[in-house]
Amino acid sequence: MAVNETYIEVQDELIAPPGWRAVTAALIRRQPLGAVGALMVLIMVAAALFADQIAMYDPEINDFAAMLEGPSTAHLFGTDEFGRDIYSRIVHGARTAMTVGFSAAILGSTIGLFVGVSSAYFGGWVDNIMQRIVDVLMAFPAIILALTVVIILGRGVGPVIIAITIPMIPNCARVVRSSALAIREIPYVDAARAMGFGHLRIILRHISPNIMAPYLIMLTNFLGAAILAEASLSYLGLGVQEPTPAWGLMLKSGAEEYAESAPWAVIFPGLAISVAVFGFNLFGDALRDVLDPKLRSR
Amino acid sequence: MKLKTLKLLAGTAAALFMTANVATAETPKRGGILNFVVGSKIPSMDGHMEGTFGMIHPIRPFYSTLIRVNPQNPSSTTDFVCDVCSTFSSSDDGKTHTFNIRKDIKFHDGTPLTAADVKATYDKLVFPPKGILSLRKKFFSMVDTITTPDSYTLVMKLKYPSPTFIPSVAMPFNFIYSKKDLDTHGYTWHQKNVNGSGAFVFVEHKPGAFVTGKRYDGYHHEGKPYLDGYKAISAPKMAVRLQAIRGDRAGIEFRGFPPKARDDLIKALGDKITVQEGDWNCSLLVTPNHKVKPFDDARVRRALSLAIDRWGGSKALSKIAIVKTVGGVVFPSHPLAATKDELTKIPGFWTDIKKSRAEAKRLLKEAGHSNLTFTLLNRAVDQPYRILGTWLIDQWRQIGLKVKQNAVPTGPWVNSLRKKKDYQVAIDANCQSIVNPIVDVSKYLGSASNNYAQYTDEAMETMHETMSRSGDPAEQRKIMRKFETRLYGEETHIIPTLWWYKINPHRSYVKGWKIAPSHYLNQHLDQVWLDK
Amino acid sequence: MYKYTIKRILLMIPTLIGAGVLIFVLMRLIPGDICEIRLGGTGLAVDKDQIEICRENLGLNDSMPKQFFDFAVGVATLNFGDSMWTGRPVTEEIAVRFELTLQIAIMGTLAAVIIALPFGVISAIKQNTWIDYCIRLFSIAGIATPSFWLGIMVILGLLIATQHLFGEPWMMPITFTSIFADPVANLSQTIWPAVTIGYRYAAVVVRMTRSAMLEVLREDYVRTARAKGLFEKVIVNQHALKNALLPVITLIGIEFAFLIGGLVVTEQVFNLNGLGKLFVDAVLQHDFTLTQSMVMMVVAVFVLVNLLVDLLYAWVDPRIHYS
Repeated sequence: MAVNETYIEVQDELIAPPGWRAVTAALIRRQPLGAVGALMVLIMVAAALFADQIAMYDPEINDFAAMLEGPSTAHLFGTDEFGRDIYSRIVHGARTAMTVGFSAAILGSTIGLFVGVSSAYFGGWVDNIMQRIVDVLMAFPAIILALTVVIILGRGVGPVIIAITIPMIPNCARVVRSSALAIREIPYVDAARAMGFGHLRIILRHISPNIMAPYLIMLTNFLGAAILAEASLSYLGLGVQEPTPAWGLMLKSGAEEYAESAPWAVIFPGLAISVAVFGFNLFGDALRDVLDPKLRSR
Repeated sequence: MKLKTLKLLAGTAAALFMTANVATAETPKRGGILNFVVGSKIPSMDGHMEGTFGMIHPIRPFYSTLIRVNPQNPSSTTDFVCDVCSTFSSSDDGKTHTFNIRKDIKFHDGTPLTAADVKATYDKLVFPPKGILSLRKKFFSMVDTITTPDSYTLVMKLKYPSPTFIPSVAMPFNFIYSKKDLDTHGYTWHQKNVNGSGAFVFVEHKPGAFVTGKRYDGYHHEGKPYLDGYKAISAPKMAVRLQAIRGDRAGIEFRGFPPKARDDLIKALGDKITVQEGDWNCSLLVTPNHKVKPFDDARVRRALSLAIDRWGGSKALSKIAIVKTVGGVVFPSHPLAATKDELTKIPGFWTDIKKSRAEAKRLLKEAGHSNLTFTLLNRAVDQPYRILGTWLIDQWRQIGLKVKQNAVPTGPWVNSLRKKKDYQVAIDANCQSIVNPIVDVSKYLGSASNNYAQYTDEAMETMHETMSRSGDPAEQRKIMRKFETRLYGEETHIIPTLWWYKINPHRSYVKGWKIAPSHYLNQHLDQVWLDK
Repeated sequence: MYKYTIKRILLMIPTLIGAGVLIFVLMRLIPGDICEIRLGGTGLAVDKDQIEICRENLGLNDSMPKQFFDFAVGVATLNFGDSMWTGRPVTEEIAVRFELTLQIAIMGTLAAVIIALPFGVISAIKQNTWIDYCIRLFSIAGIATPSFWLGIMVILGLLIATQHLFGEPWMMPITFTSIFADPVANLSQTIWPAVTIGYRYAAVVVRMTRSAMLEVLREDYVRTARAKGLFEKVIVNQHALKNALLPVITLIGIEFAFLIGGLVVTEQVFNLNGLGKLFVDAVLQHDFTLTQSMVMMVVAVFVLVNLLVDLLYAWVDPRIHYS
């Protein structure tokens, strides 16, 4: 028994993707663009974590003495129509963006992973039903799905995360399933099954680790997509709520209406979104090239 | 009798009302197409069942009404003149109203307009058959019978005299339909079809995009309209409407822009832009849910009101939102409205905000809710709902309250207010067309179907009843003060914010349009002309 | 192949049914109803009985199974009914907006294909050179920039630039004119949103073209062709590009399907009276019939496009066999 277990673990090692250190080294050496992306991501994450320290003002306090003022030493990026400091709101907005981005991406790709792997592993009618559900969700217009979910669940960060996550699940499930189908045919999974291991154990320990490449690629893709989706929902007035700082929300109403006389109010939040998503995509692209140059994904 | 009172009030109101009036001496020019933007879409084209300006602005010019607000004096709150009638009068007991219908009016399809058409229209409005919607049926609850002694006379008999009757008839939604159309096509035909007797003839409706109309040569007001036609373009986003005026894709917008937008337009275009502005018969309210703790406690409600710096907010907020005037329960500048002296005695309207906030904190402490947190239900409409919500949260923060905003689309907002009643504190609006204070304040009665605060206050019901049936303006005014003090001060059933302020910057070539205290009024466009 | 086609067509049925059930349930979970919005939304004192009349007229008082049955029968017989909000036939509401939406989708696609294909191919051939890096940065930036923000910037830029140049600010038309009626008016409105969405679209296609090319360039038969001494250009054109095109065509197909009804935010910015705006309005106004019909339409388009793409695959690429 013990011998067999070791055998299987050794097999795991052989098939498992390269270690983290190797990936990082390869990334910097072979993917300078990816390294730049990683740096941008790190800056964003740092801004989110230390927002209270980096911000110059409380992002929610109104100051009508300083409405729509241009960039200055007092207000690096100027102020909005409530006299709130735009720089501070962008820094705190990073927290909202990262919370939504990471939660939605991790949830979406992880649930997708389990759905995809179990669908491939069980096959038969389970697979059939799951794939039909995936079909429906993929064909369903994502924005309408997100919109209705947000309206039904009410506002705030939580519902926004759920609304963005749901359309991601089928995308990831589909990609993971096709990779998992190939893994399922590898003899060691048969061996594990023959040894009477539980389904959960086989899925978790033997199949999932081998699909880390597509999983991670989907995850980094989702990060950028989630930030964009959050911004769009906020812009439609259906995302995070005032006075909570959020980038998409900052582009709404006043910023857009007074864009000519106060362009800073519309330029900086837009740049924040672009830079964040840019960083995630740059990093994600590089990661894909390192992990699996053959894998195509959107 | 009644008419005299109305006219008398009219003079006062007009004098008090402030507008940047356009010169009236110019001779109107004929011709041209007016493009204007509308910040909404058309649900149906039937005025009798709709309540939105999204229908009024594009559709109203196709129709006539029995009487209307005086187009030369639309800022008056009491000056009503005939449209399809030649004269109208009331009996001394105020229960019989007689309208003489003009004999020279034809519908756009050529059918002559007679008293029978007016009667058919009002029958539909006042006594709608089963299954037919009449949104403002309630306004006419005093009407007993409608008769036509001859083809050009209409008589409406009331169950009791009511000062609210004539303003209700003047509402711009009461389009006159042809009896022939109602008889042959049924009562829902007007939702999708137009046959009116207004200044313009319907040409095209592109759903979601625009409505076009062309000059009606047989229009019954001499020499009008001046325009060859108009195009009402739907543009739900404020930014687009602004840019449209800036880039001259539209000459005017009839709802209203925030002051900052006005300033930007003037800065960019100088004297190519003319601005008209004035108070607006809409106000935003904070409605605490009396059935939810701790908002059942009058002290907590009053604290919420005392925390709001209305006088200071009026200055700051009026730069970015379509609100401005600090006022009581009655439209500012109406004879029934409180003077500043009367107003500043009511808690929440004190001029010393420090004292006010100290009192608010004391009340909260006394009630045991110093660290109150709650969610403010709001409507996901930027102007002025969301702007005001964000401002209010900052006001309450200053007495130590933590408030979260939940701005939802109109559907869930109305549902939560009307049906679920599950909110803690909500932002609500009281927005009316004709300034008709006694009807307008009926929203503040606990029994009103559009009062969502869930309280019963018999004393207020009695006051309102007495006011509605009193013919004496002085007595009405006295009761109104008591009503106001009880509503905002003693009980703080509802927390007032600011009155809306209507600002219409438009291309200077648009002439003849005069701002009214409501975006529903004076939109028949027969007096508008282009100076190009 | 024949059997596969039949199977694929049959598989469309559960997808359509599933989408129908999903939207039916979702719409009814949203708090509030169309009559409350319409009558109570203006803050007037409205009697309950007026709201009841409205609900009765729209069939909202029918039982859920009956409502679903009516909806299903409507879809099955292609009789979608009237919009609850405007009372106009759903097909008419959609038809009015279809031309604009289709035109923007076509223009966006053209822009994307014209920009993206050469860039993607060059980027792959010159992998890891500065040209490749520039193209990749350009394309990632396209994906990272929110289209609506770009749209805001375009409008603002036009207003400011024209005012400086000509003294009078110029704004694109805000109502749609058919290209057949007045091409100048039409294009001066549609070109801007087309460029705005075309950039993002092109960015996505560049990336796909590049990775598909890279993959194909590594395939054995391309290496063989190269070993035979043919000019590299010929290889790229004839062998690689042809096979690399397949995933690119898939992507273009899916993106195109998305543009029909998916341009929700960009349409808001440019005041385009398109299907995306109609879609959101329908949801916000609780217009059950319109929302349901539009979902069924979008899902049907998506499923059909996917089917076509798959069949195209089988037809073009002899290596693929379906059983």
